[in-house]
Amino acid sequence: MTFDYIVQQLINGISIGSIYALIALGYTMVYGIIKLINFAHGDVFFVGAYTGYFTAKAGLGLILSLIIAMAVCALLGVIIERLAYRPLRNAARIVILITAIGVSFLLENLGIVTLGAQAQGFPDIVNKSTYTLWGDVTIDSIQLIVLVVTVVLMAVLQYVVHRTKIGKAMRAVSFDMEAARLMGINVDTTISATFAIGSALAGAAGVVFAIMYPSVDPLMGVIPGLKAFVAAVLGGIGIIPGALVGGLLLGVVETGVQSIPGMSLWRDGVAFAILILILIFKPTGLFGKNVREKV
Amino acid sequence: MLSVKDINVYYGAIHALKGVSFEIKGGEIVTLIGANGAGKSTILKTISGLLKPKSGTIEFAGQPIHGKVAQEIVKRGMSHCPEGRRVFANMSVEENLELGAFLRNDKKGIAEDLESVYVRFPRLRERSKQMAGTLSGGEQQMLAMGRALMARPKLLLLDEPSMGLAPLLVREIFNIVQEINKSGTTVLLVEQNANMALSIAHRAYVIETGKIVLAGAAQELASSDEIKKAYLGG
Repeated sequence: MTFDYIVQQLINGISIGSIYALIALGYTMVYGIIKLINFAHGDVFFVGAYTGYFTAKAGLGLILSLIIAMAVCALLGVIIERLAYRPLRNAARIVILITAIGVSFLLENLGIVTLGAQAQGFPDIVNKSTYTLWGDVTIDSIQLIVLVVTVVLMAVLQYVVHRTKIGKAMRAVSFDMEAARLMGINVDTTISATFAIGSALAGAAGVVFAIMYPSVDPLMGVIPGLKAFVAAVLGGIGIIPGALVGGLLLGVVETGVQSIPGMSLWRDGVAFAILILILIFKPTGLFGKNVREKV
Repeated sequence: MLSVKDINVYYGAIHALKGVSFEIKGGEIVTLIGANGAGKSTILKTISGLLKPKSGTIEFAGQPIHGKVAQEIVKRGMSHCPEGRRVFANMSVEENLELGAFLRNDKKGIAEDLESVYVRFPRLRERSKQMAGTLSGGEQQMLAMGRALMARPKLLLLDEPSMGLAPLLVREIFNIVQEINKSGTTVLLVEQNANMALSIAHRAYVIETGKIVLAGAAQELASSDEIKKAYLGG
């Protein structure tokens, strides 16, 4: 195994890991604010991919497809929260968790009924070209797009969360909902905004994922959704930088395992083995710490 | 300024406030004293809109506010500084203060108020970039009060500001409460430290198991035998 081979796998790992990271952010933001593992999140991802599929077929380019998919998913996220989760705000957490699984099944099956279970090829909206970095190390245009989209969205998210009023409201609500109310923060609006942002990121991830593979089907969100959940737990659920690191790490580990001759079928198994190990040895994740509060 | 009439509040089946009525006039410091679990914090939470009374009315500045959400009530000029400080530990001191002014849009006014909070609490200025969770208990109390003042409230609700603080610090906090009041803010103070509360308040109400059992001028209550025995340690 040469150095070039390892670097190449690292590039491949980072590009799939970026997609996990984008999805994981939605899991972690929603968990951070209402302590819910939103199992419907992977299905928002598939809706994003299909939106991109339709806009691409209609002849729209990458940027427009991304923006429309993000907008559709943001709206979908807000609607899911409003209809399915908000009425259960004060219910036991298991109730809302089961509801999330129900919403996930609903979206998947609605997808199968309306769009068909058959996978569809994703139209070429990106000219695929491969650039040689040095020796045997290459990066293709799709991997570059994934990286650029991820970096740009992360930068925007960072700005929103730390510099804007709604971002500060989100952090306040996620830390202490009642105290946030006393500041005059509208908790419902803030939760809606969180769902909108998290779902928009999943929508963008759906589009770039579909361009990479290049196909779409209504169940395409299940495995990436679960893996992104692993990534979020790995980084420390509820912690935004954790989702980023967890996603990248998972992508790299997975690709690494796959690249070992004879091990390629172990790829998914390793991802879930990581989940089990993390839950046993460090359930708060890599970035998680037990916060001690002063009284 | 505030008039509470016959409110009843329940936590599920538990009848927490049983027909509580009292009022506060503009410019006063009024204190609610009573033992643990008497319902003092419940009264504050009901006034600030975190809890809804099952019956009864609350008027603030002549307008009914019972049943309104907390956000509406903050907008009308009431700040609630909650029990246990409840600062946002994961944010800097300055961000906490900015959140106190969440509903305001007057940049200039906010900057002025931030400055005056820093003048009132110089320690907060020194630590403005520090995470609130790293502050000492006393500093967190100052931050919680500063944050409440950032809304420019007409009425400030203070819940147990002395909790867990060293006696010297308690004195300092109460001096500041008096200063805040003198600069024009009406204060409703909930305290277990009845001695201290009565020493700065104009009037006081005594709460027992969800009812007001005594009311009067703070000085009178402080010298009444009944109060001395029950709340002031003989």
